[in-house]
Amino acid sequence: MTIGLGHYLSVAAIVFTLAVLGIFLNRKNVIIILMSIELILLSVNINLVAFSTFLGDIVGQVYALIVLTVAAAEAAIGLAILVAYFRNRGSIAVEDIDLLKG
Amino acid sequence: MILQAIFFYLFGGITVASAAMVITARNPVHSVLFLILAFISAAGLFILMGAEFLGLVLVFVYVGAVALLFLSVVMMLDIDFTELKRGVLSYLPIGALIGAVLLVELLVVVGGWAIGPDVTKAITAPIPQPSEIHNTKALGLVLYTQYIYFFQTAGVILLVAMIGAIVLTLHHKQNIRRQNIAGQVARSKSSAIEIVKVKSGQGLP
Repeated sequence: MTIGLGHYLSVAAIVFTLAVLGIFLNRKNVIIILMSIELILLSVNINLVAFSTFLGDIVGQVYALIVLTVAAAEAAIGLAILVAYFRNRGSIAVEDIDLLKG
Repeated sequence: MILQAIFFYLFGGITVASAAMVITARNPVHSVLFLILAFISAAGLFILMGAEFLGLVLVFVYVGAVALLFLSVVMMLDIDFTELKRGVLSYLPIGALIGAVLLVELLVVVGGWAIGPDVTKAITAPIPQPSEIHNTKALGLVLYTQYIYFFQTAGVILLVAMIGAIVLTLHHKQNIRRQNIAGQVARSKSSAIEIVKVKSGQGLP
């Protein structure tokens, strides 16, 4: 019943797969896509912290902190773009975001 | 040891289940709430692994800031989510196929790896015994000395993100009269009032 590194890596792998699946399934909904990206970054963080604690090197946790920062910044910018886009176009469906296609 | 296993399966199961609910929930508000649940149970996993500081930071940053940001945006925008939900099932076969392939690949990697013999020699900042130095202090001892530039870069990233979000969402409405404070303060007696001598019985022209 010992919980080893592989257990945590498996959880991270499953969460990562679910998040990628979420991007596939909710192709029209930008908000769910952003949430899926957050889940991907979370699974990356689980990996980093698992390796950090099981190898006994604290640098992994420092790096996880940086990933956390980037995730927060990405969420803020992404949602700001979303709000600005909704204000201009009145819709956030992904298939409507094709102005650059000409 | 048995307690650790119980809590691992509890937190891991809740993380995976709520991640699944995030992508399948019909209502995006429910998705955000399940995202919060996923992050809280992931924080439980972090604390179980011995990274207490990161676990609590995960709760602060995600549940306190990011999830509420998502929630406010979901509630603020007037979006027909049932319209966005249409056609989900048509992507399900290909999505499930790719997801299954990805999961099998990742699990093969997880099941088949081994730590190289030189890895433990290459450790730059070993974690001290928790009985001597607790996790927060150990992290701070490394973060503020050896990795101070990482720390400051993180600060700059957050600053840029903050300015960017403000610039993107701030917009001035045109036909609104605003208070001009500098103009009000700069007024003097000579520019504000005019004394007129009125002759009695005539009034002003």
